Amino acid sequence: MLLALPGCRQSPDPSQGRVVVEYWEKWTGFEADAMRAVVDDFNASQNRIYVDYTSTSQIDRKLMLATAGGVPPDLAGIYSSRLPVYAENNALMPLDKMAADAGITRDRYIDIFWQMSMHRGHLWCLPSTPSCTALIWNKKMFRDAGLDPEKPPRTIAELEQDNQKLIKRRPDGSLQSIGYIPEVPGYWDPLWGYFFGGSLWNGRDAITATDPGNVAALQWIASYPKRFGVHDLLTFCDGFGSLASPQNPFFNGRVAMIMDGVWDYNFIKNYAPANFEWGVAPFPSADPVTLKDVTIVEMDGLVIPAGAKHPKEAFDFIQYVNTQKPMEKLCLLQRKFSPLRECSAQFYRDHPNPCIATFVKLAKSPNARPVPPLAMWMQYQNDMMNAVNRVWTGKAQPEQALERVQERDSQAFARTQARWHRLAPLLTAEWSKQP
Amino acid sequence: MTKAEQRNLRNGLFFISPWLIGFLALCVYPLASSLWFSLCDYSALSPAVFTGAANYRSLLTDGVFWKALYNTFYFAAFSIPLSLLISLTLAILLNFDIPGRGILRTVFFLPSLVPMVCLAVLWQWMLNGELGLVNNTLKPIFGVLNYLFGSHLQPPDWLLDARYAKWGIIFASLWGVGNAVVIYLAGLQDVPRFLYESADIDGAGFWRKTWHITLPIISPTIYFNVIMAVIGSFQVFAVPYVMTNGTDGPDRSLLFLATYLFENAFDYFNMGYACAIGAALFLVIVVLTYAATKLSESHIYYAGK
Repeated sequence: MLLALPGCRQSPDPSQGRVVVEYWEKWTGFEADAMRAVVDDFNASQNRIYVDYTSTSQIDRKLMLATAGGVPPDLAGIYSSRLPVYAENNALMPLDKMAADAGITRDRYIDIFWQMSMHRGHLWCLPSTPSCTALIWNKKMFRDAGLDPEKPPRTIAELEQDNQKLIKRRPDGSLQSIGYIPEVPGYWDPLWGYFFGGSLWNGRDAITATDPGNVAALQWIASYPKRFGVHDLLTFCDGFGSLASPQNPFFNGRVAMIMDGVWDYNFIKNYAPANFEWGVAPFPSADPVTLKDVTIVEMDGLVIPAGAKHPKEAFDFIQYVNTQKPMEKLCLLQRKFSPLRECSAQFYRDHPNPCIATFVKLAKSPNARPVPPLAMWMQYQNDMMNAVNRVWTGKAQPEQALERVQERDSQAFARTQARWHRLAPLLTAEWSKQP
Repeated sequence: MTKAEQRNLRNGLFFISPWLIGFLALCVYPLASSLWFSLCDYSALSPAVFTGAANYRSLLTDGVFWKALYNTFYFAAFSIPLSLLISLTLAILLNFDIPGRGILRTVFFLPSLVPMVCLAVLWQWMLNGELGLVNNTLKPIFGVLNYLFGSHLQPPDWLLDARYAKWGIIFASLWGVGNAVVIYLAGLQDVPRFLYESADIDGAGFWRKTWHITLPIISPTIYFNVIMAVIGSFQVFAVPYVMTNGTDGPDRSLLFLATYLFENAFDYFNMGYACAIGAALFLVIVVLTYAATKLSESHIYYAGK
């Protein structure tokens, strides 16, 4: 009888009197399980610290509220794009001193990921898993259209030539499938300028929405409604199913090429048909010489929120994750690549994604670019997305749409700068007292 | 004040103190502090800094705020009268003595039980431009019209086309009329039978009875529902937020005041500015409620007065 009721037994305290580090992480599903395995290894490897790992949805908002309320976790996993706004608003603890004491330096990482961990001269996070984008194409659709399935486009012009050959229409004239459409998967709208040599800020004191590269990118976007008609394009896009489903337009043959991150492998594995033939290459750019291997990089970073009760112990875990073996375990289980410069041959042998080396090459490219490290990025991003949407639906000309963003977000930029200059003296003094 | 009065006052205050304290702590304090923060640059993470009317000045020149305000008014201007008309009509029809009335009442109430998020996801699919039920119903109708009149009508991409997106949300919101229908039904039960009987003797038909008896008698119920609809539609948030997957919709056509407030507070870390938007929203609702009260004063019949 008692054996039949195992749930009634009081489970012993797993921390067993150790220092408990509360860790909130944004991942769910198999990605959460991957980090859980690393956490379990860490907990088993020593008897001083116990990491209490919680998979938390909407971590950005919960972390902000918990930190504002004075009850933050000791450790959190956030998106690198959110780092500036957290750092500039006193939500994080700088890690410079603890990292230096632990001997963690820039040369341990693929350079861009270290750069993304820094903001305003301080180190705020260390990477957990990295990501970058590439072109992924459907080889069968290439073959069926008479294109060489092993030769992906290298320039935007080639992309559009292939696109033209891949278009199929139904008897009523509506679009059945297409080679490429910038709105799938739809995450990259604010950043298309990167592939045309554009920038979103000047690195110092101004945003540059109207940069000629961004204008060129939006002109490219504007060519779609001109070629296909706004209504037909919208109807075509409205028929796409969720990306995490077999109705993903890339898997059910409605789109032959997409730009997506390294995680797309997991979608392919779970939702694409069994005989799905695909390849990975750098996404085409306007100029293959000056703009070679352009990629958008992103990173998940481990941070210690301001007011955390056990920062030193939390950092011990961050340090553990940022050594080769645990990092490779985590990235392998999440099917990503390692942000560390040193990577074992075993890692590549064990990696299920046959194209993982292409992503590593892209991450190391001088044209690997993250979103701009601005505290007002969320608003800027929304406004850029709106500008692209206005162009996409033929409501505005590229220059006009971008000028509107430039005007509005210059004000937002000025506001965040003013806030920073007001808070900086106070914060710098506080940050100099690092544990 | 006599001793007995004093004692009564003390006891009275004591017994209502849980509500008084709750009101002070959960309504007055947040309202006052949000008004204070609306005068500050405040991120919620570092101390607020007083900036005077800066947030309100920014509001005046913020095109996106005006767009959100316009969208909110547009939504309210159509959803309030439509929901009023539909719920009242349904209530009057469901008040007829017909067989299966109980079942019908339940059926019309059921959609109000669907949680907002499910409703939004459901309508997201109903309004899908290529696969949606709505467009697949419209397509053959438009086909016939196009054949007859040589026109080129096409069903719209509801949620992707800025011209129609708000109508998608308005239709979806009409699903929730069940609550108002129940309140109207309760009101309709209160209409004295003898008034209808004497109207019958005078030879009044259905419309005259509705206009001269039913509507005046249930006018307080209508008034209550209108005020609730005004408040509800100016605070519209969950349905468009879910339907657009947390974005502002095509060309910001589904950005409402509550959404913009939320974005500023939790995405942009501009809690002070969000409080100013909240104050503007509060002002709009207060003015409209006051206007509705004033305008309807002479048209509402209270039996007790």
